Amino acid sequence: MIKSFKKRLTALVTVGPTVLWLGAFLMIPLIYVIGISFLTKNAYGGVDFAPTISNYISLFQSEYAKVFLDSLWLSLETTVICLLVGYPFAYIIANAPKRWKPFLVLLLMLPFWTNSLIRTYGWNTLLRTEGIINHFLQNIGLIREPLEMLYTDGAVLLGMVYALLPFTVLPLHTSIEKLDKSLLEAASDLGASRKHVFMRVVLPLTMPGIFAGSIQTFIPSLGFFFISDMMGGAKTMYIGNLIKNQFLSARNWPLGAVLSIVLIVITLILMKLYTRVGSLEDMA
Amino acid sequence: MKKRRKVREFKPYSMFYACLVYLFLYLPIFVVIAFSFNTSKINITFEGFTFEWYWKMFENRQLMQSFGNTVIVAAVSTVFSVIIGTLCALGLYKFEFKLKNLISSSLYIPIVIPELVFAIALLIFFTSIHVSMSMVTLIIAHVTFSMPFVVITVRARLAGFDKSIEEAARDLGANEFRTFMRVTLPMISPGVISGGMLALTMSLDDVVVSFFTAGPESTTLPLKILGMVRKGVSPDVNALSTLMIFGTIVILLTSTLIQGRLEKRM
Repeated sequence: MIKSFKKRLTALVTVGPTVLWLGAFLMIPLIYVIGISFLTKNAYGGVDFAPTISNYISLFQSEYAKVFLDSLWLSLETTVICLLVGYPFAYIIANAPKRWKPFLVLLLMLPFWTNSLIRTYGWNTLLRTEGIINHFLQNIGLIREPLEMLYTDGAVLLGMVYALLPFTVLPLHTSIEKLDKSLLEAASDLGASRKHVFMRVVLPLTMPGIFAGSIQTFIPSLGFFFISDMMGGAKTMYIGNLIKNQFLSARNWPLGAVLSIVLIVITLILMKLYTRVGSLEDMA
Repeated sequence: MKKRRKVREFKPYSMFYACLVYLFLYLPIFVVIAFSFNTSKINITFEGFTFEWYWKMFENRQLMQSFGNTVIVAAVSTVFSVIIGTLCALGLYKFEFKLKNLISSSLYIPIVIPELVFAIALLIFFTSIHVSMSMVTLIIAHVTFSMPFVVITVRARLAGFDKSIEEAARDLGANEFRTFMRVTLPMISPGVISGGMLALTMSLDDVVVSFFTAGPESTTLPLKILGMVRKGVSPDVNALSTLMIFGTIVILLTSTLIQGRLEKRM
């Protein structure tokens, strides 16, 4: 414990601002979300102070259940594709010749540094019915009629994978890089086939990276409403868009708050599962 | 005996695979850049090369304003995050106190919760206390999500810090302030810089949080583009985006170089 007054003061001055800041702009707002989820919306788009649990009950309406299932499915698809594409990619970078490696990592980080909306807009330009890809395919005579690519569920999936792939690859890369190469040599010296070495040694040892990568892909994907806005049609509604609509067009704040709490609960469950295999420090 | 591996080289198929993934990552960026030099007003075919949009964009007042907002918010929130976050990291490193574990683990909350939840929490909070959305709320929001990254990066740097060097400085007669300025700060500066760069990138990249916490007067460039996309985006936006892409890359590469220098000096 801190004894002297001076030390106590320094501790307060250094850590205090952060505690105050997170308290005022993170904890209290989150408490407001919980609070408002128990209130009733009024006709003017605001809320009345009449406590109710009806907002939670409305979650069980089939239309919302469908939105949740569609969203979880999309996030799962995104995560699986990112892992399948990202693992070999991370493996190649981690095992690249030494003089190449810093350059390859930098090349991976660069798109990260540019705004994700600008990049998604680039895809929008590529995929449009009158866009570049269709124009190109028609010019070389491969297709007659332009393909409907933009504003489909597939386009949303593409946008999600695109935006989140670096989040999957970086933790994978870190854990593959940490892998002790002598273990692989030991396994193959003892007669394990390459497939065996991968399944029995590489995969289990890089599991923390796989989990960290999956979490960092899955959780943000639930909230990326702008990707489905830019790439998707009005056919499928995802939870991010549903929440957004409660605060903009529908103006049903209590319902929006309840939906957000569901997102928090999903996050907490995933984090709980995650801390069994990895540490929080690997997330940042 | 197995033959020893010599220098590791790329296998052709892994090289091919890596190139494909990189192509996927860069394709939309190339499209944005290419069309900023296009004479045609619509982004469909490339008709001819021009620099026209690079000076035309200055006439688009709204676009310029949103770009200005983006830069101001990123700069101010980064400075705030770095100051508050570095102080916090130092405090957590130097002192033992109650709630220390609670504080360090709550730093991970803004990192793990979906941005959307955090954004609407702030929206509800500000509206409830009758604060209207403006540049200030936008900056507050950006500091909140980026500051924990600064704390974590600086703490990681401090973890490998040899306490005896500070003690030596004190024994040689330096006072606390001098010790901090001459010993501690130079030691942690690579961590501070990379934390700051992380904060800057996160601010420049943010869409979700800004969407809910920006006022009508404080739209950022990404929000402006989001509003334009359905109707079609004019090429001056491509030009500005291209400048932003290169601007960020130049800033971050320079800082990586500086960081490398600092690291070498240690």
